[in-house]
Amino acid sequence: MKTLYSFLRNVVTFYVEGFQSMTWGRTLWIIIVLKLVILFAVLRPFFFQPALQGSEEEKAVIVGENFSKVLKKS
Amino acid sequence: MFLSTINPEMIDWARAQFALTACYHWLFVPLTLGLAVVMGIMETIYYIKKDAFWKQLAQFWQKIFGINFAIGVATGIILEFEFGTNWSNYSWFVGDIFGAPLAIEGILAFFMEATFVAVMFFGWEKVSRRFHLAATWMTGVGATLSAWWILVANSWMQHPRGMAFNPDTVRYEMQDFMAVAFAPEAVTKFFHTVLSGWMTGAVFVVGVSAWYLLRHRNKRLAIESCKVATIVGVVATLGVMFTGDRSGIDIARYQPMKLAAAEGLYDGGKGAALSIVPGIEIPQALSFLATHDTNGFVPGINDILYRGYTSHEGHSELPATEKMKLGKQALENFKAYRASLPAERTSEQATLQMDYFGYGFITHEQALVPPVTLIYWAFRIMVGGGMWLMALLIAVAFLAYKNRLAHHRWILYLALWSTPLVFIAGQCGWIVAEVGRQPWAIQDLLPVSAAISQLPISAVLTTFCIFVVLFIILLIAEVRIMCKAISGMNAE
Repeated sequence: MKTLYSFLRNVVTFYVEGFQSMTWGRTLWIIIVLKLVILFAVLRPFFFQPALQGSEEEKAVIVGENFSKVLKKS
Repeated sequence: MFLSTINPEMIDWARAQFALTACYHWLFVPLTLGLAVVMGIMETIYYIKKDAFWKQLAQFWQKIFGINFAIGVATGIILEFEFGTNWSNYSWFVGDIFGAPLAIEGILAFFMEATFVAVMFFGWEKVSRRFHLAATWMTGVGATLSAWWILVANSWMQHPRGMAFNPDTVRYEMQDFMAVAFAPEAVTKFFHTVLSGWMTGAVFVVGVSAWYLLRHRNKRLAIESCKVATIVGVVATLGVMFTGDRSGIDIARYQPMKLAAAEGLYDGGKGAALSIVPGIEIPQALSFLATHDTNGFVPGINDILYRGYTSHEGHSELPATEKMKLGKQALENFKAYRASLPAERTSEQATLQMDYFGYGFITHEQALVPPVTLIYWAFRIMVGGGMWLMALLIAVAFLAYKNRLAHHRWILYLALWSTPLVFIAGQCGWIVAEVGRQPWAIQDLLPVSAAISQLPISAVLTTFCIFVVLFIILLIAEVRIMCKAISGMNAE
């Protein structure tokens, strides 16, 4: 248990010191974080909602109907 | 009604959005794959020689790798957003198969890249040289394994296998994971794509090195970088050519329309000629490339649409007009099955003629022909660009190993100006692969017109415009940061 704790502490220290000693990498991390915020906090909830909603059975019914309706057209 | 309410413009915009995202993503991926190999070799040389110069060289290319990685990372996630929103029928229909490789890729990419990239960048003075070297190589391996699963998914769309249709869930369900994950076409596609990434990295490194030499800066760094990159590039180009040949055979067998479109071949036959450019042909070369037999039969667009043909392997292929009739029958069976009571259903009823299911959605046979001119020229730019770059890499390698590279400014200019060509050739490769398989989202099973969601066109148009702005900003940021890193390097 002690060994695991020590290992985890070393891992955390490794990352913390790594981030603290960054020079040019800081700009890149800002870009990465901004990008992820735009993707997951803006685009995903507001522009990319899944088009199929409901239970698995309901989704199957919707897609099945979508496919079946094509016959009426042709 | 479904298809009648889908505005064809909506399909075009959804496709344009997907193409924009994929093309943008593909600017970063090949450079990541290629630079991973170059920096791995440089660090290996440092590990063996213990010469601080090679450490500096490895660190410099790792920095460039890091910039490219940071700007490119997560851009592929947008494609997954688009699947769920713009292509919901598709996502449901084949999500059981398509989702598995994508999920593996997501998990693998996150854990491998988050772990080893951190060790590579933060660990120079904190871990042993051996462990650091392993982390550098594992960063490249992680990126390459990610590519494997994405290409497995893509390859499956081009040649679906290892699945069965379940009319109750309206889904294709995975029956044989190994058949999907290790399909011969997927293996070929993987090596063709990854090796083209190595080529991209090599040409990029040579281009940057040429810029240094033209400005009489970082001479040793540039020469040694060229020596490593040209070897990687030449090996990769030979691999790309070999796997490209295998791809040609696969396409001729499973996607003959793509091959016919890439060649502008309307009426096929035995001993078909290969078009170099319009008006210049090599007799029998197309037959040889498609079948490895100078007299092999290659079907043209009209053979595929109207006449039907017997393939080189001896299989009888129905004309598309017949396949469309069978497709309508498959849809009728499917509809009848869905309309019947569960107790009356037989799965045979719904799965009859499923091989032609997608043809039932096709309203006119000409819709089965992809844009010939675009694919014809994209194919030639890809192949011609690749051959030019191979010649260039050989010439640069020769001069670099003779220590005469810095004295030939003309080849340095050629190397610098040819750098964009490797990205253009890569994009053209994807145009051939993806536009060439239109109208199919899943070959023969689902056209894009049936894969699309019912959405207002304004929704797709809005996100398309957002992406254009976002991608331009990110690209400008990358180019500026990268140029700053390159121009700020002083290895002397």
